[in-house]
Amino acid sequence: MNLLWLIPMFPLLSAVLLIVTAGRLPKQLVAILGAGSVGAAAVCVALLANDFFADGQIRELTLWTWIALDNFTPGISFYVDGLTVVMMSVITGVGFLIHLYSLEFMADDESFSRYFAYMNLFVAAMLLLVMADNLLLLYLGWEGVGVCSYLLVGFWYRDPNNGKAARKAFVVTRVGDVAMALGLFLLFTELGTLDIQPLMAAANNQWQVGDTLPILATALLLGGAVGKSAQLPLQTWLPDAMAGPTPVSALIHAATMVTAGVYLIARTHELFLLAPPTMMAVAWVGLLTLLLAAFAALAQNDIKRILAYSTISQIGYMFLAMGVGAFSAGIFHLMTHAFFKALLFLAAGAIIHCLHHEHDILRMGGLRKRLPVVFASFLIGSAALAALPFTSGFYSKDAILLSAWLTADIGPILWLGGLLGALLTAIYSFRLVFIVFFGHANTEPDRQPGLKMSIPLILLCVLAAIGGWINIPLTEVFASPPSDHSLIAHSVEYIGIATPLLGLLIAYLLFLSRAMSIAKLTESTAGQAIQGFLRSGWRFDALYHYTLVWPFVGIARLCKNEPVDQIYNAIVCTLKWFHRRLIIVQNGELRWYATTMVFGIVIFVAMILRHSL
Amino acid sequence: MSLLILIAFLIVGGLIALFSERINEQLPRWVSLAITILALGYIWLFCRQLPIESFSVIPNPTDGSSWLIHLRLEWIPRFGIAFELAMDGLSLLLVVLTLLLGIIAISSSWVEIKFKPGLFQANVLWSLAGVIGVFLAMDLFLFFLFWEVMLIPMYLLIAIWGHEDKAYAAMKFFIFTQFSGLLMLLSIVTIAWQAAIINGSYSFSYFDLLGVPFDSSLAFWMMLGFFIAFTVKLPSFPFHTWLPDAHTQAPTAGSVLLAGILLKTGAYGLLRFCIPLFPEASMEFAPIAMALGAAGVIYGAVLAFAQTDFKRLVAYSSVSHMGFVLLGLYAWNNLALQGAVMQMVAHGVSTAALFMMAGALQHRLHTRDMNQMGGLWHNAPRMGACAMFFAVASLGLPGLGNFVAEFLVLVGLFAVQPWFAVIATLGLIGAAVYSLWMIQKTFQGEPNNELVMADFGVREMGTMAAMMIALIWLGLYPQPVLDLAQPVLDSLRVFLVASPQLGGVS
Amino acid sequence: MGGLQIPLEHVLVLSALLFCCGLLGLMLRRNIIFMLVSLEVMLNASALAFIAAAAKWGQADGQVIFLLILTIAAAEVSVGLGLVLQIQRRFKTLDMDAATALKER
Repeated sequence: MNLLWLIPMFPLLSAVLLIVTAGRLPKQLVAILGAGSVGAAAVCVALLANDFFADGQIRELTLWTWIALDNFTPGISFYVDGLTVVMMSVITGVGFLIHLYSLEFMADDESFSRYFAYMNLFVAAMLLLVMADNLLLLYLGWEGVGVCSYLLVGFWYRDPNNGKAARKAFVVTRVGDVAMALGLFLLFTELGTLDIQPLMAAANNQWQVGDTLPILATALLLGGAVGKSAQLPLQTWLPDAMAGPTPVSALIHAATMVTAGVYLIARTHELFLLAPPTMMAVAWVGLLTLLLAAFAALAQNDIKRILAYSTISQIGYMFLAMGVGAFSAGIFHLMTHAFFKALLFLAAGAIIHCLHHEHDILRMGGLRKRLPVVFASFLIGSAALAALPFTSGFYSKDAILLSAWLTADIGPILWLGGLLGALLTAIYSFRLVFIVFFGHANTEPDRQPGLKMSIPLILLCVLAAIGGWINIPLTEVFASPPSDHSLIAHSVEYIGIATPLLGLLIAYLLFLSRAMSIAKLTESTAGQAIQGFLRSGWRFDALYHYTLVWPFVGIARLCKNEPVDQIYNAIVCTLKWFHRRLIIVQNGELRWYATTMVFGIVIFVAMILRHSL
Repeated sequence: MSLLILIAFLIVGGLIALFSERINEQLPRWVSLAITILALGYIWLFCRQLPIESFSVIPNPTDGSSWLIHLRLEWIPRFGIAFELAMDGLSLLLVVLTLLLGIIAISSSWVEIKFKPGLFQANVLWSLAGVIGVFLAMDLFLFFLFWEVMLIPMYLLIAIWGHEDKAYAAMKFFIFTQFSGLLMLLSIVTIAWQAAIINGSYSFSYFDLLGVPFDSSLAFWMMLGFFIAFTVKLPSFPFHTWLPDAHTQAPTAGSVLLAGILLKTGAYGLLRFCIPLFPEASMEFAPIAMALGAAGVIYGAVLAFAQTDFKRLVAYSSVSHMGFVLLGLYAWNNLALQGAVMQMVAHGVSTAALFMMAGALQHRLHTRDMNQMGGLWHNAPRMGACAMFFAVASLGLPGLGNFVAEFLVLVGLFAVQPWFAVIATLGLIGAAVYSLWMIQKTFQGEPNNELVMADFGVREMGTMAAMMIALIWLGLYPQPVLDLAQPVLDSLRVFLVASPQLGGVS
Repeated sequence: MGGLQIPLEHVLVLSALLFCCGLLGLMLRRNIIFMLVSLEVMLNASALAFIAAAAKWGQADGQVIFLLILTIAAAEVSVGLGLVLQIQRRFKTLDMDAATALKER
């Protein structure tokens, strides 16, 4: 009995129903369909996970062969191992909580049904992405989530800025997708299959560690991963993608879709292990991104943008983990991050919901008493994000940092960079908490989050707090034994524990007790410039605008009136010129025609006579 | 005989539609709808009689009797010209596509055409007859005849029922196609003459001419004659400039037919005639052809983005998409060829739908200028959803037909010419840019209160839904289409096997 | 009897002269009536050549052709006069230089 197909089928069916009925269903029914379908999928996943824990069997299912041409035979087929189970649990579990939350958050929206249609479609596509047993089906899910992200970021289509953010998100990730597609072409051309497990086996057979081809192939896959996961240099779309409804940001741009790049690397890790230079590149991309985004997060005032940059930064940690070969730790962080970041986003959404759609943290404050559930959520979420001891984030981030330390040659540099990132993370996350929840109130909330919003928050609080004790079944997937952390000097571990606390202290001194002040620094000209620089995300947008967007638009405008047509117009003009010259002889005078005819005949006859005589 | 009946049926049907106008203004559209559906039913009945195995038999390209259907009637025996029609899996696929899009075209002109509806429907049916003739003719002389026959009704459709600049557009279309058609006629006459020198007797039959060893320098020029005729029709960069004008000015049904099937005759011609008749010359020429294809992909995408006219945008997107067909055909391995065939079908459906969308917008708003649209989703969510669907189909969303086509072309191409594959893949970014831009300018943004328009009704929604289902089916289970074309492609690939095989397994 | 009494060359020269007269008239006269007359002259010049040749060789063919030319001339004149009437009606003149509607503009 194999009912794997039911899991993506529930949300897909619901999405199709909601799209076909196009908003004519009563709201109650939409709610039941929208959230219920994901709930049903979550139940199925729970059953599956339960079975999986019991026997540890890999489950496979082929629904039908998608395309069969020669040896190109990708199927609509699923492959479920420990990694997939973890991903599926996160997607459906966190996804269900976010759907539940959305019921209240979106209750007054005129496009309630459209929202759930897109969300369900997203969950279905994301499930296909992680369940796919071949890279082509994975690519289907990959692009599918991209389109859903586009639809949901631009959900409130009336504001052209939302549309712009949505297009940016799609097009920038498409750049990565193109690299990934090329990677697939290369892999298929060289190895003759796209089914992941045979592909890995073939790669191990055919290629040696450090060959050019695996380096090229993995570099192209990495291109796809950095696009989807908003890593350097394609990170610019994620902060803008916050234009969508907040639950969307929680589900797509924090918990699931943006981590797809990490999943891709983990899924094809055997390939990456054949290409040490790419692994190194992954680690460096992760490290640079996590620092860059953490600095940028420090300077933001929009609550969602802070969280967006922190997401980029945390995914940077996951990339770092992948790059140093700590795949389990990376996936572990992916899971805990899904918990605490979804929690933070939902809590932020609750604040926005209760505070007249206010996004600016400087106009909030003192919300500790007024929104206690939200405060508790934010506190736990931030603690986990900052990796304070015994929260879920602590265990995963600690594992990553220790693995980074153990890397040959550049280990200490990676470790130090990660540590700096952790310090910054603690500062910006508690800056957010202290400014929003302490101090005096600037804006009064006009309502309290209801039950449908509170329950997901509370459940996620629990997960964010104790999620670090979940033992995920990844040892079978990543055959290489997890690095032995017992070799590490205790001082390294202690520093790792102390750094977030130091960050918390700094944040406390700066933003709560105001014992220290950086006002002098921030108000100086240089300080302002740096702040502006960081706030704009290191001016990457401007860079891309002038180097890529602007030339493209310029060329397009230049070519609008079809330069190629000028060639044909030139031909037409030449013909017209001859036409003007020859037209003189056609003057309509009968006598002229007769005369020219006579002369013509005379000349003609003369020529013939000359030749024949 | 059945193929002759099929073509004659459409031509006579056109006459009936023409004269039915005298009885009732509403009658012609019903007549032509009925004729097209009957023709489709006729094909279906006929194919049901054929044994199922015959669809998977590899047809012998030099012997028509091994094809699904073959008909040969002497016509001008002195020059070896015959009325020779034959059908294999590929032609069947394209004929069915033609008739299906014919139905869509008729549906899209349902209320749009007020002036001489009889003549309009007659022209639609005649151009269908011409296109089907092109897909079936196996005598080069007859092929040329049908090539011209399909041109004239389309010229009339644009010239009579077109929009503001119709005379210019129709004339441009006519001159481009006619001129390139004459080059092809020259090649056809030369090929028959050369073959007569080698074989000793005149013949214009495809089956006799295939595999004749032509003098290589002459073969190159003959190939070029065919190539230009077909790439003008395709259209490929740099012969595409008639297309945006023709599409913009044509009535909706004309655009649907033009984009949906007339363009495919170019691809079909390359696949059926140009490459197999002159394998060595084509092989030599392949890098140039692929360069044109890749240039078309990028150029079409960039120019599509620059347009403000909805129909022009879609027209340029066609240029971009047909670049993939050219790339696939000249990559000439199984995956790429299948991709090209798939692209013909999928692009036919998706672009026809987008042109229908453009027609619906123009019918309602009396403008095609996207700067005057915006926020239409608010009033017409069903239209918006349809537009969104076909926009993402056209940008190559996996799960829809266009993706399967483009992916197969690119995988196949990558094995032969990786750099062209890289360039063409960049076109996918361009596709995303212009498709989403189109949606933004029309359906998203702040609703304009002056633009109040009716949403899709049952007829339009039904047509759209049918095309959506077709695209999803092509995207998720393309195997029937692939299987239908596979034996034909196998038989054609015999003529040119020099392309490197895909890696891994042979 | 039989045969031609005067030398054939003389007749041919006369015929050529007549033909040239007609041709010159056609090219130089502007009045359409005179142009038609010139045409008649040219036709008859060629007819004369046929007659002479027929007499020279004692063959009937030339006579037959003469009859044909006669009919053609009649037909031509009837069409021509019809045109004359139309031109007179449309342009109110018989001057052919005024009738240049076929001029490409």
